Amino acid sequence: MKFSIQVNEGPYQHQASDTAYQFAKAAIAAGHEIFRVFFYHDGVNNATKLAVPPQDDRDIPKLWSELSKENNLDLVVCIAAAQRRGMMDVDEAKRQGFEDNNLKEGFRISGLGQLIEAGIESDRLVVFGA
Amino acid sequence: MAVKKFMYVNRKAPYGTIYALESLEVVLIGAAFDQDVSLAFIGDGVYELTKGQNTDGIGQKNFSPTYAALGDYDVNKIYVEKESLEERGLTLDDLQHLVWEDEDEDWAEKDSIRLVSRAELADVIADQDILLSF
Repeated sequence: MKFSIQVNEGPYQHQASDTAYQFAKAAIAAGHEIFRVFFYHDGVNNATKLAVPPQDDRDIPKLWSELSKENNLDLVVCIAAAQRRGMMDVDEAKRQGFEDNNLKEGFRISGLGQLIEAGIESDRLVVFGA
Repeated sequence: MAVKKFMYVNRKAPYGTIYALESLEVVLIGAAFDQDVSLAFIGDGVYELTKGQNTDGIGQKNFSPTYAALGDYDVNKIYVEKESLEERGLTLDDLQHLVWEDEDEDWAEKDSIRLVSRAELADVIADQDILLSF
Protein backbone atom coordinates (compact mmCIF):
# COMPACT_ATOMS: atom_id res chain seq x y z
CA MET A 1 0.00 0.00 0.00
CA LYS A 2 1.10 3.57 -0.63
CA PHE A 3 1.08 5.67 2.54
CA SER A 4 1.66 9.30 3.29
CA ILE A 5 2.23 10.59 6.80
CA GLN A 6 1.46 13.92 8.40
CA VAL A 7 3.31 14.93 11.59
CA ASN A 8 1.63 17.75 13.49
CA GLU A 9 3.68 18.05 16.67
CA GLY A 10 7.26 18.93 17.48
CA PRO A 11 9.81 16.49 18.87
CA TYR A 12 9.90 15.39 22.54
CA GLN A 13 6.95 17.39 23.93
CA HIS A 14 4.57 15.07 22.11
CA GLN A 15 5.01 11.45 21.11
CA ALA A 16 3.46 12.08 17.68
CA SER A 17 6.76 12.30 15.81
CA ASP A 18 8.13 9.15 17.51
CA THR A 19 4.99 7.21 16.66
CA ALA A 20 4.99 8.47 13.08
CA TYR A 21 8.64 7.44 12.76
CA GLN A 22 7.94 3.95 14.12
CA PHE A 23 4.96 3.66 11.79
CA ALA A 24 7.03 4.70 8.77
CA LYS A 25 9.80 2.27 9.66
CA ALA A 26 7.36 -0.60 10.19
CA ALA A 27 5.49 0.18 6.96
CA ILE A 28 8.72 0.17 4.95
CA ALA A 29 9.85 -3.06 6.62
CA ALA A 30 6.52 -4.64 5.66
CA GLY A 31 7.10 -3.74 2.02
CA HIS A 32 4.80 -0.72 1.83
CA GLU A 33 5.69 2.50 0.09
CA ILE A 34 5.85 5.86 1.85
CA PHE A 35 5.01 8.50 -0.73
CA ARG A 36 5.77 11.42 1.54
CA VAL A 37 6.07 12.57 5.15
CA PHE A 38 4.68 16.07 5.66
CA PHE A 39 5.59 18.12 8.72
CA TYR A 40 3.01 20.71 9.75
CA HIS A 41 2.23 22.94 12.75
CA ASP A 42 5.02 22.51 15.36
CA GLY A 43 5.91 19.35 13.46
CA VAL A 44 8.29 21.50 11.41
CA ASN A 45 10.60 21.59 14.42
CA ASN A 46 11.43 17.92 13.83
CA ALA A 47 13.61 19.14 10.96
CA THR A 48 16.09 21.16 13.03
CA LYS A 49 19.76 20.37 12.69
CA LEU A 50 20.55 22.24 15.90
CA ALA A 51 19.00 19.81 18.39
CA VAL A 52 21.42 18.22 20.86
CA PRO A 53 19.40 15.77 22.94
CA PRO A 54 21.05 13.96 25.90
CA GLN A 55 23.23 11.04 24.78
CA ASP A 56 21.02 8.43 26.41
CA ASP A 57 17.92 9.70 24.58
CA ARG A 58 16.82 9.27 20.99
CA ASP A 59 17.77 11.97 18.48
CA ILE A 60 14.48 12.46 16.67
CA PRO A 61 15.63 14.76 13.82
CA LYS A 62 18.57 12.43 13.22
CA LEU A 63 16.31 9.33 13.16
CA TRP A 64 14.13 10.91 10.47
CA SER A 65 17.15 12.09 8.54
CA GLU A 66 18.71 8.61 8.56
CA LEU A 67 15.44 6.93 7.63
CA SER A 68 15.20 9.31 4.72
CA LYS A 69 18.73 8.54 3.57
CA GLU A 70 18.29 4.77 3.83
CA ASN A 71 14.94 4.66 2.05
CA ASN A 72 14.96 7.73 -0.15
CA LEU A 73 12.07 9.05 1.94
CA ASP A 74 10.57 12.40 0.96
CA LEU A 75 10.48 14.56 4.11
CA VAL A 76 8.64 17.82 3.43
CA VAL A 77 8.45 20.72 5.86
CA CYS A 78 5.59 23.16 5.34
CA ILE A 79 7.01 26.54 4.37
CA ALA A 80 4.20 28.61 5.91
CA ALA A 81 4.51 26.82 9.25
CA ALA A 82 8.32 26.87 9.00
CA GLN A 83 8.56 30.61 8.37
CA ARG A 84 6.51 31.33 11.50
CA ARG A 85 8.74 29.13 13.60
CA GLY A 86 12.16 30.06 12.22
CA MET A 87 12.92 26.87 10.34
CA MET A 88 14.98 27.64 7.22
CA ASP A 89 16.95 25.95 4.50
CA VAL A 90 19.94 27.64 2.86
CA ASP A 91 17.93 29.28 0.08
CA GLU A 92 15.16 30.59 2.30
CA ALA A 93 17.68 31.95 4.83
CA LYS A 94 19.45 33.82 2.04
CA ARG A 95 16.17 35.16 0.70
CA GLN A 96 15.20 36.44 4.14
CA GLY A 97 18.64 37.94 4.79
CA PHE A 98 19.75 35.52 7.52
CA GLU A 99 23.32 34.25 7.75
CA ASP A 100 22.33 30.94 9.30
CA ASN A 101 20.02 28.10 8.39
CA ASN A 102 18.85 25.17 10.48
CA LEU A 103 17.24 22.57 8.24
CA LYS A 104 18.70 19.12 8.66
CA GLU A 105 19.90 17.03 5.74
CA GLY A 106 17.15 14.82 4.33
CA PHE A 107 14.37 17.37 4.84
CA ARG A 108 13.15 19.86 2.26
CA ILE A 109 10.89 22.90 2.59
CA SER A 110 7.88 23.20 0.33
CA GLY A 111 4.25 24.29 0.22
CA LEU A 112 0.97 22.98 1.61
CA GLY A 113 0.07 21.75 -1.85
CA GLN A 114 2.50 18.91 -1.17
CA LEU A 115 0.19 17.73 1.62
CA ILE A 116 -2.89 17.82 -0.59
CA GLU A 117 -0.97 16.04 -3.36
CA ALA A 118 0.10 13.38 -0.86
CA GLY A 119 -3.56 12.83 0.03
CA ILE A 120 -4.49 12.50 -3.63
CA GLU A 121 -1.60 10.24 -4.62
CA SER A 122 -1.61 7.88 -1.64
CA ASP A 123 -3.91 5.04 -0.64
CA ARG A 124 -3.88 6.28 2.95
CA LEU A 125 -2.88 9.52 4.63
CA VAL A 126 -2.11 8.86 8.29
CA VAL A 127 -2.12 11.87 10.63
CA PHE A 128 -0.05 11.91 13.83
CA GLY A 129 -0.64 14.46 16.54
CA ALA A 130 -3.04 17.36 17.13
CA MET B 1 -7.05 11.13 -11.46
CA ALA B 2 -10.31 10.59 -9.64
CA VAL B 3 -11.54 13.31 -7.33
CA LYS B 4 -11.20 12.42 -3.66
CA LYS B 5 -13.39 13.45 -0.78
CA PHE B 6 -11.34 15.62 1.58
CA MET B 7 -12.77 16.53 4.96
CA TYR B 8 -11.11 18.94 7.36
CA VAL B 9 -12.22 18.23 10.92
CA ASN B 10 -11.89 21.27 13.17
CA ARG B 11 -11.88 20.43 16.86
CA LYS B 12 -10.13 23.32 18.61
CA ALA B 13 -11.10 26.79 19.79
CA PRO B 14 -9.89 29.54 17.41
CA TYR B 15 -7.30 30.97 19.79
CA GLY B 16 -5.17 29.36 22.49
CA THR B 17 -3.51 27.11 19.93
CA ILE B 18 -2.65 27.66 16.28
CA TYR B 19 -4.48 24.60 14.91
CA ALA B 20 -7.58 26.47 13.75
CA LEU B 21 -5.62 29.13 11.84
CA GLU B 22 -3.25 26.67 10.19
CA SER B 23 -6.14 24.37 9.32
CA LEU B 24 -7.77 27.24 7.47
CA GLU B 25 -4.53 27.80 5.55
CA VAL B 26 -4.59 24.18 4.36
CA VAL B 27 -8.22 24.51 3.29
CA LEU B 28 -7.47 27.62 1.22
CA ILE B 29 -4.44 26.07 -0.49
CA GLY B 30 -6.26 22.76 -0.96
CA ALA B 31 -9.15 24.50 -2.70
CA ALA B 32 -6.93 24.91 -5.77
CA PHE B 33 -6.77 21.15 -6.27
CA ASP B 34 -10.36 20.68 -7.43
CA GLN B 35 -11.20 17.97 -4.94
CA ASP B 36 -14.51 17.34 -3.15
CA VAL B 37 -13.95 19.41 -0.01
CA SER B 38 -15.98 19.64 3.16
CA LEU B 39 -15.35 20.97 6.65
CA ALA B 40 -16.64 19.66 9.96
CA PHE B 41 -16.75 21.63 13.18
CA ILE B 42 -17.04 19.57 16.33
CA GLY B 43 -16.24 20.03 20.01
CA ASP B 44 -14.60 23.37 20.76
CA GLY B 45 -14.12 23.72 17.00
CA VAL B 46 -17.62 25.21 16.79
CA TYR B 47 -16.22 28.35 18.46
CA GLU B 48 -14.18 28.97 15.29
CA LEU B 49 -17.36 29.98 13.46
CA THR B 50 -18.84 32.25 16.11
CA LYS B 51 -19.63 35.76 14.97
CA GLY B 52 -18.44 38.94 16.62
CA GLN B 53 -14.99 37.67 17.50
CA ASN B 54 -12.73 40.38 18.90
CA THR B 55 -9.06 39.69 19.52
CA ASP B 56 -8.02 43.19 20.60
CA GLY B 57 -7.18 41.97 24.09
CA ILE B 58 -4.89 39.11 23.11
CA GLY B 59 -2.67 40.71 20.49
CA GLN B 60 -3.55 38.17 17.84
CA LYS B 61 -5.05 38.56 14.42
CA ASN B 62 -8.79 37.95 14.19
CA PHE B 63 -8.90 35.52 11.27
CA SER B 64 -12.61 34.69 11.58
CA PRO B 65 -13.62 36.89 8.57
CA THR B 66 -11.75 34.41 6.36
CA TYR B 67 -14.47 31.78 6.90
CA ALA B 68 -16.88 34.04 5.01
CA ALA B 69 -14.59 33.81 1.95
CA LEU B 70 -14.73 30.00 1.78
CA GLY B 71 -17.77 30.11 -0.50
CA ASP B 72 -15.68 31.96 -3.11
CA TYR B 73 -13.24 29.04 -3.02
CA ASP B 74 -16.04 26.55 -3.75
CA VAL B 75 -15.84 25.31 -0.19
CA ASN B 76 -19.51 25.19 0.64
CA LYS B 77 -20.16 22.02 2.63
CA ILE B 78 -19.65 23.07 6.21
CA TYR B 79 -20.97 20.59 8.73
CA VAL B 80 -21.58 21.80 12.27
CA GLU B 81 -22.37 19.22 14.90
CA LYS B 82 -25.59 20.00 16.73
CA GLU B 83 -24.62 18.37 20.01
CA SER B 84 -21.35 20.32 20.16
CA LEU B 85 -23.26 23.58 19.83
CA GLU B 86 -25.80 22.58 22.47
CA GLU B 87 -23.15 21.40 24.93
CA ARG B 88 -21.66 24.91 24.75
CA GLY B 89 -24.96 26.77 25.01
CA LEU B 90 -24.70 27.93 21.41
CA THR B 91 -27.19 27.97 18.54
CA LEU B 92 -26.83 28.58 14.79
CA ASP B 93 -27.60 32.26 15.49
CA ASP B 94 -24.31 32.55 17.33
CA LEU B 95 -22.40 31.53 14.20
CA GLN B 96 -21.50 33.54 11.13
CA HIS B 97 -23.99 33.25 8.29
CA LEU B 98 -21.82 31.55 5.66
CA VAL B 99 -23.09 31.46 2.10
CA TRP B 100 -22.01 30.50 -1.40
CA GLU B 101 -23.30 31.32 -4.86
CA ASP B 102 -24.58 28.43 -6.99
CA GLU B 103 -23.54 29.07 -10.59
CA ASP B 104 -25.91 26.33 -11.77
CA GLU B 105 -28.86 28.28 -10.40
CA ASP B 106 -28.06 31.77 -11.68
CA TRP B 107 -25.69 32.44 -8.76
CA ALA B 108 -28.41 31.97 -6.18
CA GLU B 109 -27.06 32.52 -2.66
CA LYS B 110 -27.22 29.38 -0.54
CA ASP B 111 -26.32 28.49 3.03
CA SER B 112 -22.99 26.73 3.45
CA ILE B 113 -23.57 25.53 7.00
CA ARG B 114 -25.31 22.21 7.48
CA LEU B 115 -26.40 21.51 11.02
CA VAL B 116 -26.09 17.76 11.60
CA SER B 117 -26.42 15.42 14.53
CA ARG B 118 -23.44 13.47 15.84
CA ALA B 119 -24.82 10.31 14.25
CA GLU B 120 -25.37 12.00 10.90
CA LEU B 121 -21.86 13.45 10.95
CA ALA B 122 -20.45 10.01 11.67
CA ASP B 123 -22.00 8.81 8.41
CA VAL B 124 -20.58 11.77 6.49
CA ILE B 125 -17.12 11.13 7.97
CA ALA B 126 -17.32 7.43 7.10
CA ASP B 127 -17.93 8.43 3.49
CA GLN B 128 -14.68 10.44 3.15
CA ASP B 129 -11.41 9.41 1.47
CA ILE B 130 -9.12 11.79 3.36
CA LEU B 131 -9.65 13.14 6.87
CA LEU B 132 -7.41 15.95 8.06
CA SER B 133 -7.99 16.54 11.74
CA PHE B 134 -7.03 19.78 13.46
